[in-house]
Amino acid sequence: MSAADAVAAVMFAAVTLYAVSAGADFGTGLWDLLAGGPKKGAPMRRLIDKALGPVWEANHVWLIFVIVLLWSGFPRPFATIMRELAIPFWFVGLGIVLRGSGFAFRKFAPTLQAARLAGIVFAGSSFVTPFFLGTIAGAIASGRVGTGVEDEVIWLSPTSILGGILATATCAFLAAVFLTEEADRSGDVELAEELRLKAFITAAVTGMVALFGTVPLRDDAPTLFDGLTSRGAPEIILSTVAGLATLHFLRRRQLRTARIAAVIAVAAIVLGWGFGQYPWILVDSVTIEEGAGHPATLTALLVAAGLAALIVTPALVMLYRLADTNRLSH
Amino acid sequence: MTPDHLLIADALLPARNQMALSLGAHIILACFGVAMPAMLFVLHRMGANGDAAALELAKRWSKISGVLFAIGAVSGTILAFEMGLLWPGLMEQYGDVVGLAFTLEGISFFVEAIFLGMYVYSWGRLPAKAHQLLLLPMIISGMSGTFFIMSVNSWMNAPTGFDIVNGQIVNINPWAAIFNEAVFLQYLHMLLAAYMVAAFTMVSVYSVGWLRGRRDRLHRLGILVPLAFAAIATPIQPIVGHFAGQAIADRQPIKLAAIEGLPVTESEVPIILGGYYDGNEVVGGIEVPIPGLASFLAQNSFDAEVIGLNDVPVEDQPPVNVVRFSFQIMVGIGSGLALLVTYVGYRWFRHRDTFLDNPWMLRAFTLTGVASIIAMETGWITTEVGRQPWVVHGILRTEDAVTDGNWVWFTLIGLIIVYLGMFAAGFGVLRSMSKRWAAGETDLESPYGPGRIHELVS
Repeated sequence: MSAADAVAAVMFAAVTLYAVSAGADFGTGLWDLLAGGPKKGAPMRRLIDKALGPVWEANHVWLIFVIVLLWSGFPRPFATIMRELAIPFWFVGLGIVLRGSGFAFRKFAPTLQAARLAGIVFAGSSFVTPFFLGTIAGAIASGRVGTGVEDEVIWLSPTSILGGILATATCAFLAAVFLTEEADRSGDVELAEELRLKAFITAAVTGMVALFGTVPLRDDAPTLFDGLTSRGAPEIILSTVAGLATLHFLRRRQLRTARIAAVIAVAAIVLGWGFGQYPWILVDSVTIEEGAGHPATLTALLVAAGLAALIVTPALVMLYRLADTNRLSH
Repeated sequence: MTPDHLLIADALLPARNQMALSLGAHIILACFGVAMPAMLFVLHRMGANGDAAALELAKRWSKISGVLFAIGAVSGTILAFEMGLLWPGLMEQYGDVVGLAFTLEGISFFVEAIFLGMYVYSWGRLPAKAHQLLLLPMIISGMSGTFFIMSVNSWMNAPTGFDIVNGQIVNINPWAAIFNEAVFLQYLHMLLAAYMVAAFTMVSVYSVGWLRGRRDRLHRLGILVPLAFAAIATPIQPIVGHFAGQAIADRQPIKLAAIEGLPVTESEVPIILGGYYDGNEVVGGIEVPIPGLASFLAQNSFDAEVIGLNDVPVEDQPPVNVVRFSFQIMVGIGSGLALLVTYVGYRWFRHRDTFLDNPWMLRAFTLTGVASIIAMETGWITTEVGRQPWVVHGILRTEDAVTDGNWVWFTLIGLIIVYLGMFAAGFGVLRSMSKRWAAGETDLESPYGPGRIHELVS
């Protein structure tokens, strides 16, 4: 494995961790929107506030990490991505600002009206942001970035739309599974059952989107399709199995196990994308080797990644454990 | 010039303004992220040792930090995007030169975000002795994050860690780029500024409360604890600034010439306060009656030569008036704050029993927050506008780094609207929190909270 491959692997690991951790945070937006009026929706919104509060900022940092690794390790592909996908990136940026500030402000909103406004801003932007992230992934994976495609909006291609829908559905699915467990743990059986049903439905929808979504990929993103059906095939199979396992564990109310299965299902599909498009960093345009920055920087980035693993991992484990054992709340 | 031309051909103006706005907004929030943990640590320690008011204040400030950190995190993300969206020409050429610093800054921020999450949500769930320790990693990561981000900025002023051979950037050494020769002073300057901004802002807020009659121990601590931080940082800042200025005289003499409004290279250069640079000289200013003072400050000698703007062609000169005004405002405010903390020191050692009983001092305190923010912003304008037309000093022009996107006016206007909304809402939320505390609330439960559920009708 070359240094460039190693940096790309680290970056993709960060993409996967972002998808899983921040994905669950973003997904709560849909359930917050659908929670109903102030009184009826109060338990759900309280649960979401409690679940996200301590962790969402840390989960969000993975994205910054990905962006920074991309421009440090692959400066030219990064510039190409930012030039050609500026519009969806601006929507992502807008969504991130509105989500974060909406969430922070709702918690301390003095009145119900203020809380509702902040809540709509938080939930709406949470719902929309993954869609645009998905279109970005779709544009890169379909071989439209850096390849001089000019007669179409590259982030509105079939693969991009699929990426957007899949990302949104995946987030809603993860959030439903996580929140079911969270509600169960906090003793709200009624809410847990409601969320368990939502988790079932979104699992089915997400699975369908993933399954039938591959059909247009054959023509729209041939390189990715070939990769997904060869190098990425084990991950796709793993994702399918883990998805079905999630349903099984949800049915048997083994909620903690269901949560692990859901994480594996989502992580596997993101990794499948990564393996599927290897060795390209920009599909059909620039390979990881071609796009890589200076070797000294790649080595330094690997040192920094090792440092990050040593420093960040124990801290993150501590945060999750504190949050998980209900010792953190407010 | 048609509007179409404006949109497509000239992204430079809106892009520079957008970057200035994004940075100028984020840096205020970043100051709190960097400096609040240390002030919280003092209060939390006092609280752990039995001071109930200090503990309550720490609890309140942790909530405030939570809100400020949230909007700081998202506005920081916008900056990361903008590095690529607005300046692809910079990142594609130098992304791997400065990338390591950004990566290490990212790690610092990660640590800070994780421990903030734990700290803010651990009230009543961890013993105070353990709880306060969560602040220590935040204090350290705040300092290291500031170092790495300032390293990138100082690299733009003193680019190093690479060679250019036949137009190609080769022999990259990312560690050398981090430890460029400008980083140390710029880092200290910003770290002190961060502590000053956060500390003086808290002093201001609690001084207003004090003057309005809320003269309890909580308000006393709310003034005195941050004031101690400010009183240490403020007198050091001009010294650091002086040496940073001398370094500029060697490294970026045209930036210094713009600061002085000096058209041609001269010796025995005086300092002129105020006035307007009309393209040939400063008119209408007041000359400080010490001959060669500017020479002395720049080169340690009253008859030393200082390089003038005309040393380089007009197209390589920065806009003089913006740089000059900003610099003088920064120095003016910095001097005023230094005088104020000198008086504070005198009063603390001579009249400690009646320390807060001087209403004029308290009135002055109420202005220090805004004043220190203005000083920091004008400092940033001085260094950033003073570096123009370069984004990487002497190597890459800003106009060659900017995007060719035709959307920059739209995103600039969008950003203005969104940030106005975010800052107004944030201000409103913080104000309402303060009112609820003043009215005797402690937990600030959300309208959805179990204790307020009876308020909901449908």
